[in-house]
Amino acid sequence: MAEIRIKGIRKTFGKVKAVWDVDLTVQDREFVVLLGPSGCGKTTLLRCIAGLEQVDGGRIFIGETDVTDLQVRRRRIAMVFQSYAVFPHMNVFDNIGFGLRMQHLPKPEIEERVQATAELLHIEELLERYPAQLSGGQRQRVAVARAIAVQAEVLLMDEPLSNLDALLRLEMRAELKHLLDELNTTVVYVTHDQVEALSMGDRIAVMKGGKFLQIDSPIKIYDHPTDRFIGSFIGNPPMNFLTARLMDKGAFVQVNETKLPIGPEVADRLRATGKDTIWMGIRSENIDPMDVHAEGTLPAHVLVVEPLGSHNLLTAKIGDAIIKVNDHPDSDIRPDQDIWLRLITEKIRWMDKDTGQAIN
Amino acid sequence: MNPKRMKLEPYLLLLPSTIYLVLFFAWPMIQAFSLAFQTDDGQLTLSHIQRMLNDAAFSEAILTTIKFIILIIPIQFILALVMALLMMEHLRGSNFLVYIYAIPLAVSDLAAGIIWFSIFTERGYLNSFLSALGLIDKPFIFLNYTTPWPIVAVVLAEVWRATSIVFVILVAGLQSIPRDYTEAAEVFGANYLARIRHVILPMLKPSIQVALILRTLLAVQVFAVVLALAGRGVKVLAAEAYRWHGEYRNPHMAAAYAMFILAISLITALFYLRALRSTEQSVL
Amino acid sequence: MSKTFLPSRLIGRGFTYLTAILIVLWILIPIYLITVAAFTPREMIYDFPKELVPKVFSTDTMRFFLGAYKVLESFRNSVIVAIISVVLSITIGAPAGYALARYAFRGKDVYSIAILSTRAFPVVILSIPLAVTFIRWGMYDSVFSVALLHVAMALPTTILVTSSVFLGVSRELEEAAMTLGCSHLQAVLRVVLPLSLPGLAASAIFTFVLSWNEVFAATILTLFNRTLPALLIVQIDQSPIAYRFAGGFFILIPAVVFMFFIRKYLFTLWGITLK
Repeated sequence: MAEIRIKGIRKTFGKVKAVWDVDLTVQDREFVVLLGPSGCGKTTLLRCIAGLEQVDGGRIFIGETDVTDLQVRRRRIAMVFQSYAVFPHMNVFDNIGFGLRMQHLPKPEIEERVQATAELLHIEELLERYPAQLSGGQRQRVAVARAIAVQAEVLLMDEPLSNLDALLRLEMRAELKHLLDELNTTVVYVTHDQVEALSMGDRIAVMKGGKFLQIDSPIKIYDHPTDRFIGSFIGNPPMNFLTARLMDKGAFVQVNETKLPIGPEVADRLRATGKDTIWMGIRSENIDPMDVHAEGTLPAHVLVVEPLGSHNLLTAKIGDAIIKVNDHPDSDIRPDQDIWLRLITEKIRWMDKDTGQAIN
Repeated sequence: MNPKRMKLEPYLLLLPSTIYLVLFFAWPMIQAFSLAFQTDDGQLTLSHIQRMLNDAAFSEAILTTIKFIILIIPIQFILALVMALLMMEHLRGSNFLVYIYAIPLAVSDLAAGIIWFSIFTERGYLNSFLSALGLIDKPFIFLNYTTPWPIVAVVLAEVWRATSIVFVILVAGLQSIPRDYTEAAEVFGANYLARIRHVILPMLKPSIQVALILRTLLAVQVFAVVLALAGRGVKVLAAEAYRWHGEYRNPHMAAAYAMFILAISLITALFYLRALRSTEQSVL
Repeated sequence: MSKTFLPSRLIGRGFTYLTAILIVLWILIPIYLITVAAFTPREMIYDFPKELVPKVFSTDTMRFFLGAYKVLESFRNSVIVAIISVVLSITIGAPAGYALARYAFRGKDVYSIAILSTRAFPVVILSIPLAVTFIRWGMYDSVFSVALLHVAMALPTTILVTSSVFLGVSRELEEAAMTLGCSHLQAVLRVVLPLSLPGLAASAIFTFVLSWNEVFAATILTLFNRTLPALLIVQIDQSPIAYRFAGGFFILIPAVVFMFFIRKYLFTLWGITLK
């Protein structure tokens, strides 16, 4: 059993609150991704779990053990570093076997486990090589092999794919996901790449300014961001946000000059905030562009059309706001054209204009 | 690792060096002060300093030191700059060049003195060379201290030996200047000299500062080169300190000379730091 | 940097190489001359004019020098002083260098600036009061005292250089070792040390050369137990020319050889300009 429980962790560097009063429980064998922009504290939190940073407050439990004051090597964790940190003075075999040697395992067992791990990562041909003779992708595999060879209950990964080029990253992402599924270890995985987070995690913990904004399944994070920041951070293109005015006691919202009807249940929620204007968030794929006017549609003016193969991405102007819209790849809509946008009402997410938080 | 031990670790690691430098660096400095400004029974006095100032050798030593600074440093800087710029040209065999140019770094001032003595001595290589060219028929006595030749010999020996340190500091500085700047200047039509003057030299300022300070300090302390080349004929400050200590057994006077060397060292260091003040933070 | 130096690229390039070679000659010719002098037979050393290309090679002069009074003893002293200096400066300096490279702590800036500013203090000033102190402690005229002073001279550089050497070993490597079961000390011994060995060796050689070359303090602090440079300088104007030439060559050689081994670390060792 290796559940990770983090309670009220704080870590400051000088006056900067890198991680501030954070709680998180990672279930046994769960894959949790810490996601956020650089400087949000995700790596610091991971390093606190590893014991590479001393926390200023709070406790960390791995399984039933309070590891807060334990040395790194007593925490029964393994870690993959962003720079891979493959020891340059040891060959691949010695790198993978390093942790096993530190456990003083008998030599035959070390050999057997290094061999097995190397095969798992398809680097069994490279065991005699030194890191300087390896490509970036191969080094990355060695780093992963070294971490899983010790069969720790907790595997910590700090942006392990960020130094790979785009194509290799895509390939390694799937392979890593498959591998980690098989291993059944508890994984905490740090990344700033939202696609990686969405594709790999059981749950995603979105961080900003040293705090968690939302901890949810990828689909919830994508579809129901609890915060405007998350909507605009996750997804490509990010979620569109339009300013809407509450009209007729919440029966309609008005965007620029257009009134859009909303359901009574939504109306109740919006009215309860007591605010006149709110953010209306909607993703580009939940908007239908049309070249003729229809009831309940927003007039817009196309600025740019980007054909992306699977769809065309439109950049259009609504009043002063810019909006991104997905269009059919064989659509006739051209730049500088007036269009009308139909929003899929149930996909609209409402956020408080001041706090940015979702209105539920 | 327990958090409290973690905080203590760097201090524990620094402790031995700190103790050592206090014992064998700071403490002798203070001792030097008291030697220079105290009588044997502990009274404060300026008598040692006065005696030094009135010493005939003192003014001579100062004059020589000033001559050295004025003659050696500009030559060294120009030569070192040329050497450093050559490194930036990516010549073939430039690794070999760096090694050769750096050899004098490891040559002691004594060895340099002896080497140049073999050149300048009466039956030395310079006279042999001149006679081979038919310019002289009997050896010319260069190292006669009634002529300026001993000074020339010391200057050459010092330029030969200590230009490398300036060279290394300048190359280190040059390497930290991004190529973009000089390339941009080139694109905007600056020729080679203009690029040196308007781009490279201003950006090298911190390195030049360090090198100037270091060089002046070394020039003030010059000792073995002079002794090896000119014997006692040319007087310099460090040799005077040595003489007062070793021959006249007067540590007070020796310390007075030492304090004087320290004073000019610190004054020149401060002078350069001010004169070449740059926006970049640079320390010695 | 520049591809064209003079109007014509080719002439410019040729001129650049010429300058580079002239400077090489300027540095190598004096070394060549002292070498020739040191291997000229003793009875030919006063010959005039001297041959610039030697016709006779002889170890006579060198043997004369090494057999001269106290030379071998001083040579041994020099080696002992240098070895003590190397061992002490690395054992005291490297931990400090490690602390500067790896930790952020209060007082770090003050410490670094203090270390850097020691370079503005001339050695002369240290030797005279230390001589007085060592006489008082009964430690005067011993190789150990000379070594103590040489360590004081070498320590600041050792600290700065080892710190940059340790900085060159990624912190993540050390941390990786810790996540794989090493204690901090084990991680330093098994990962950081092997990787920084060449740099530490360079720093050690630097100290060796500094100590081997140092004249002033060694002269002030010794009377009978001279180091080789001290022995040479105290009798420089009474000794025969053959003795001087051979002595000069003898103290020059280790320097040139060592320089070869630390050529990669030149800029770390001598190019220190902290930003």
